[in-house]
Amino acid sequence: MSLERPDPVDDGAVERTPDELEALLGDLVVDRDDHLNAPGFVIRPDTVQETLSVLKEQAGYDHLSVVSAQEYENRYESIYHLKKYDDPTQEVSVVVPADKDNPVSESAEPVFRTADWHEREAYDLIGIEYDGHPDLRRILLPETWQGHPLSMDYDLDRPQIATLPEHANPLQEHHKDADSDTMFLNIGPHHPATHGVLHLKTVLDGEQVIDVEPDIGYLHRSEEQMAQSGTYRHQIMPYPDRWDYISAGLLNEWAYARAAEDLADIEVPEYAQVIRTMGAEMCRIAAHMLALATFALDINGDFTATFMYAINDRERVQDLLEDLTGQRLMFNYFRLGGVVWDLPEPRDEFFSKTRDFLDQLPESVEEYHNLITSNEIFQMRTIDTGVLPPEVAKNYGATGPVARGSGVDYDLRRDDPYGYYDELDWDVVTEDGCDNFSRLLVRMREVEESAKIIEQCVDLLEDWPEDERNIQANVPRTLRPDDDTEIYRAVEGAKGELGIYIRADGTDKPARFKIRSPCFSNLQTLPEMANGEYIPDVVAALGSLDIVLGEVDR
Amino acid sequence: MSSDQPFITDESQVVTETRDARMTGQGDRFNSRLREAFGSSPFILTKFDKFLNWCRGSSMFMLQFGIACCSIEMMHTYAVKHDLDRFGSGVPRASPRQADVMIVPGTIVSKFAPRMKRVYDQMPEPKFVVGMGSCTISGGPFQEGYNVIKGAEEVIPIDIHVPGCPPRPEALVYGVVKLQERVANGEAAPVTVKPYELEEFSDLERDELVDKLADQVDDDELVMRYNFADSP
Repeated sequence: MSLERPDPVDDGAVERTPDELEALLGDLVVDRDDHLNAPGFVIRPDTVQETLSVLKEQAGYDHLSVVSAQEYENRYESIYHLKKYDDPTQEVSVVVPADKDNPVSESAEPVFRTADWHEREAYDLIGIEYDGHPDLRRILLPETWQGHPLSMDYDLDRPQIATLPEHANPLQEHHKDADSDTMFLNIGPHHPATHGVLHLKTVLDGEQVIDVEPDIGYLHRSEEQMAQSGTYRHQIMPYPDRWDYISAGLLNEWAYARAAEDLADIEVPEYAQVIRTMGAEMCRIAAHMLALATFALDINGDFTATFMYAINDRERVQDLLEDLTGQRLMFNYFRLGGVVWDLPEPRDEFFSKTRDFLDQLPESVEEYHNLITSNEIFQMRTIDTGVLPPEVAKNYGATGPVARGSGVDYDLRRDDPYGYYDELDWDVVTEDGCDNFSRLLVRMREVEESAKIIEQCVDLLEDWPEDERNIQANVPRTLRPDDDTEIYRAVEGAKGELGIYIRADGTDKPARFKIRSPCFSNLQTLPEMANGEYIPDVVAALGSLDIVLGEVDR
Repeated sequence: MSSDQPFITDESQVVTETRDARMTGQGDRFNSRLREAFGSSPFILTKFDKFLNWCRGSSMFMLQFGIACCSIEMMHTYAVKHDLDRFGSGVPRASPRQADVMIVPGTIVSKFAPRMKRVYDQMPEPKFVVGMGSCTISGGPFQEGYNVIKGAEEVIPIDIHVPGCPPRPEALVYGVVKLQERVANGEAAPVTVKPYELEEFSDLERDELVDKLADQVDDDELVMRYNFADSP
């Protein structure tokens, strides 16, 4: 590990060419294995920490997006996808091959805290062991699971056993230390405040939380396996809707569409991009509305006014989305190279309905401010609770409203533009409070920004000449991207950076399909926010993270 | 009462008038179907079972139980616009001990099935289950997943299946109303032994897998064993 202080010129936005990076890394690089999105440096499995800290401290790559692991015929491989928070278009991949018979590789956890869960997942699903990892256990599958399901020799028909440890009784003696009186408490997996099937193992001292450990995997639906067994052209697209299922379907579809389109070099017509942008922002509004609704539910209590109001607004967006796509929740609307159909006829009716919604939106946002953000009790519960300092957020790879609520100005729509975003006039919202309140505020203000985007898209679509309404590029019926091409592409989903890593092997199905879920990284920050706080603040912090278990577990 | 005015002794007429007064005299708002059924008599004859079933079907307490995508549509069903409460089955209860209907809204995976079984066991009898969405029928789009249980009925008995991915709130309302009908008629899915049961580890048949886990799992720990090869 380098002990030199980073050269002030070197940090942040200075862009280096791949060759300069290779020179910086020097002997650490054994080989080059470039990906479509970034240069890839192959290193030895025992130099992971050294390489990553050089890249982090001297070249400014401070964002470990994801660790994607896979098994080849002759080796295992972990890839660390690095980016910069200041400029996410500067990417670099660190490729770490590991021995086929004894797949051991050095852990990156001391350099990037976020690698903790990512490496546990790689261990769980692929079977690579990470040397020096603080807590290498299964994360998604039960502890008693046999085999690693995404490795090559896994037998699907194998019987398995899952255990149900008896509910630990917090009053029992063996949960108490001799000289302390801490108490162990399970929250979940079936609990109204966990927003799905999340299990929090908490250790309490009185009403204060000493330690909270999220236990996930109760909704691990083998999404990656599903995508790997589907063909690029049609069979994968329905699944993204089901990752982040809080009506954020189009945002997720875009993640897959963007990765696959860049992989197969497909150009999307401008008109389709505008429709995509509009639909995606509608989804963002719907998703943020639910985040708001459930957050108010967590703070204020049972099914109360705010929840009903927000659901009412969601119903309006969902009506619009249903008109556009034909479904309320699982849209399956994007296709590689465009969208499946044009706007609904009569177009005027759709536009006026959309405008009606946008006109009414400021009023409802005002109402939410009256109901919750200006409510004194609500403020007491959320301001200065669940504090997440920006440096910690970055270390954990937090993105989306969670990062922006901590003042990290990172939004892929602006920083790594796709779709039609760079042609439109809107702002990235950040708040500096770093607390639960800021995260809520970011979401509420983002709703307004999304409304601005939708309005501009509607204006554009209204005036679009009739003979130029091209919704779909010419895409071959069967897509077979070139053998051994790899790509990692991300979009700004409702919860943050939603990325897809695909490795093509020349067939019509991906050889490896890895989902970088924003919630997975965001949820990792929970112990940082909750430890030392009171137990109601854990619930508030969890609500403000706005996780979706479908996306955490995949 | 003078002697030239004979006392009216035609009792049937008195009764009729009273009944007419009850049924028509007070305006329509008292004219319920129940009143018509009662006629002049404030009594009703029925079997106690039938009456209890009718009560049960008319007021159902849901378990607030969210699993996956379908739970979003389930929330919409509870909330404004669709408002399941109109049908007397609205208020979701957070504790299984206060609920008598469980809507299973989502994919059941290996780690969650034992927990779902436990939650189901914690509900008081009589209890009913609505399976929401394709995943609870067959595993749905994830049927081929290595970690997915092929339908909730592998674990708990289900009374009503609502297909869809996800079903619209209207479909769920229909399913719940159908369940209420069934409950009112005294029908329920038979509680049978399911392929995947919670059992103590020491009760499992010894085989290679059990031997391998023997030093990891306590004998009295509850486990669920999945035979994926025999799954539909």
